[in-house]
Amino acid sequence: MAETLLKIEGIVKRFGGLVALNNVGLTINKGEIYGLIGPNGAGKTTLFNVLTGLYMPNEGSFTFAGKDLFRAKPHVVVGTGIARTFQNIRLFAEMTALENVMVGRHIRSKAGALGAVLRTKRTREEEQAIEAKAWELLEYVGISSVADERARNLSYGHQRRLEIARALATEPTLLALDEPAAGMNPRETADLKDLMAKIRNDGVTILLIEHDVKLMMGLCDRIAVLDYGKKIAEGVPEVVRNDPKVIEAYLGVAHE
Amino acid sequence: MAMANNKKVGVILASAVVLAVMPFLVGGALGNSWVRILDFSLLYVMLALGLNMVVGFAGLLDLGFIAFYAVGAYTYGLLCSPHFGLHLPFYIAIPIGAALAAFFGILLGTPVLRLKGDYLAIVTLGFGEIIRIFINNLNAPVNITNGPQGINLIDPIEVGGFSLGKTFELFGLSFSNVYLYYYMFLALTVGVVIMAWRLQHSRIGRAWVALREDDIAAAAMGINIRNIKLLAFALGALSGGVAGGLFSAFQGFISPESFSLIESIMILAMIVLGGMGNIPGVILGAVMLTVAPEILRATIGPLQMAVFGKTLIDPENARMLLFGLAMVVMMLVRPEGAWPSKRRRMEFQDAKKGVTHG
Ligand SMILES: Nc1ncnc2c1ncn2[C@@H]1O[C@H](COP(=O)(O)OP(=O)(O)OP(=O)(O)O)[C@@H](O)[C@H]1O
Ligand SMILES: [Mg+2]
Repeated sequence: MAETLLKIEGIVKRFGGLVALNNVGLTINKGEIYGLIGPNGAGKTTLFNVLTGLYMPNEGSFTFAGKDLFRAKPHVVVGTGIARTFQNIRLFAEMTALENVMVGRHIRSKAGALGAVLRTKRTREEEQAIEAKAWELLEYVGISSVADERARNLSYGHQRRLEIARALATEPTLLALDEPAAGMNPRETADLKDLMAKIRNDGVTILLIEHDVKLMMGLCDRIAVLDYGKKIAEGVPEVVRNDPKVIEAYLGVAHE
Repeated sequence: MAMANNKKVGVILASAVVLAVMPFLVGGALGNSWVRILDFSLLYVMLALGLNMVVGFAGLLDLGFIAFYAVGAYTYGLLCSPHFGLHLPFYIAIPIGAALAAFFGILLGTPVLRLKGDYLAIVTLGFGEIIRIFINNLNAPVNITNGPQGINLIDPIEVGGFSLGKTFELFGLSFSNVYLYYYMFLALTVGVVIMAWRLQHSRIGRAWVALREDDIAAAAMGINIRNIKLLAFALGALSGGVAGGLFSAFQGFISPESFSLIESIMILAMIVLGGMGNIPGVILGAVMLTVAPEILRATIGPLQMAVFGKTLIDPENARMLLFGLAMVVMMLVRPEGAWPSKRRRMEFQDAKKGVTHG
């Protein structure tokens, strides 16, 4: 019934002697919000880095939308439809919010050096389309009022949203969010939850890392739990919540 | 909007008029040798704009940039001189030199793709020296470059059977070759300015800035880091190659000495002093650093004579001393450069206020 969008099997990522990902496999279905939880240092961000081509996995297999992405370069991954945000926000700090989103359009536009130097009609039209799309995305995530501010001067919440807008600019089918609610107050977190639901309703599958268990349980269709680089559970929130291994590794600690 | 456009057109027209009459004003007031200095400042503007694409736009510190100037210069020198008996026209030799320089840009860029900052600076420094040493030694067993003696009697640029290398007569006055070369250089400099400007305000320019600010985020946004870096190296080198070919034709003589490390450093200093990444600033920096030492050269000797009645310090030493001092003071007082971009000025203001980055 559910259509598989992403499938990884037997992913191993080692840093010297440390096995950060130990034989991790999971499948993400089209249209779902898939949660990834686990204690600090479990390997969640490492998995994101492997999925987005920033780290080369040592072993395993990785297909996305029917394409083999094992050890693919980041720009190839983005081109195939995976976009991400970073746990420790990585915006282009000195660029404006609008310019940040325009960079996200890079992969979906073509103008080369020659087109730029000759400023052909096609280049000019493309440039206008890039800017229009960037405005549209800033409005979509609700920060068009700060379009001309430099990214570094934005509030924390706005920076998180800007990262999402920039990622959406690449037209992803899978949006991977690494702790987007970290450091947000409850009000901002609630707004962010609405935004994620909206993105999903607009047809983008979401892979989400969050420590806020309540948020995850209410938002995700399925959840996987990582612990010491191993997947120890996967399933719908109710089942995962009551899994003794999960309670021992993670939830127990979080509930104390 | 219309107002802004009118103003822009006005500024462009005014600058065009100033640039057009400049050599006659300078030449009339100060003599031909100063027009020659103007010519050189145009060559350095081209070089600085080329290096600025690499260092200022893409953030890749390159200390061997003069190598591309050398490649352009030697290509022209070898193709348009009695050395090989080839006398190709400039419109063939200069594009070949530019293309070859771009090729060398990629050749340098490929092995340093993974390097950043100081490591990159050291490797590029080595590259620049290697090119110079090669040129210096490629005279045996087969004589290609004529080694340290350099290449002589290089053809001047000839347009429609009219050589820019000769003195010409106008209204009964005779003008030295430095005037015609001025217009030739000016035309190509304007071309390089337009190229740099348009690149900066394009998808490519944005990708360079993204690369400079955070290469990991840039990669994660789908920018092909390898290609965008190589493009910066190639396009920067291309401008350097064009300037090199012009230099060769203008001088009529080239030797490896003209392409030493100090030249690379001077071009970098032009960018830093002028305002890295900002095209008007880079132009200003190039002109300042070409003209200032000459002004010092012309004034220090007579000044000493007038004040002390004798020469206390050798003018040549005093000149470099003052010049170095001026650079130090400049960097202390205005580290962002004489005419920085808005973005860079903000960066420095924040740094002063003690705001941490990111
Ligand atoms: N580039 C690297 N080099 C060496 N070790 C690394 C590297 N990246 C991650 N690690 C290690 O891999 C392990 C997993 O780290 P990771 O950042 O993936 O954890 P995480 O689940 O995202 O934790 P958190 O909840 O704190 O963000 C940690 O022990 C970390 O120190
Ligand atoms: Mg993490």
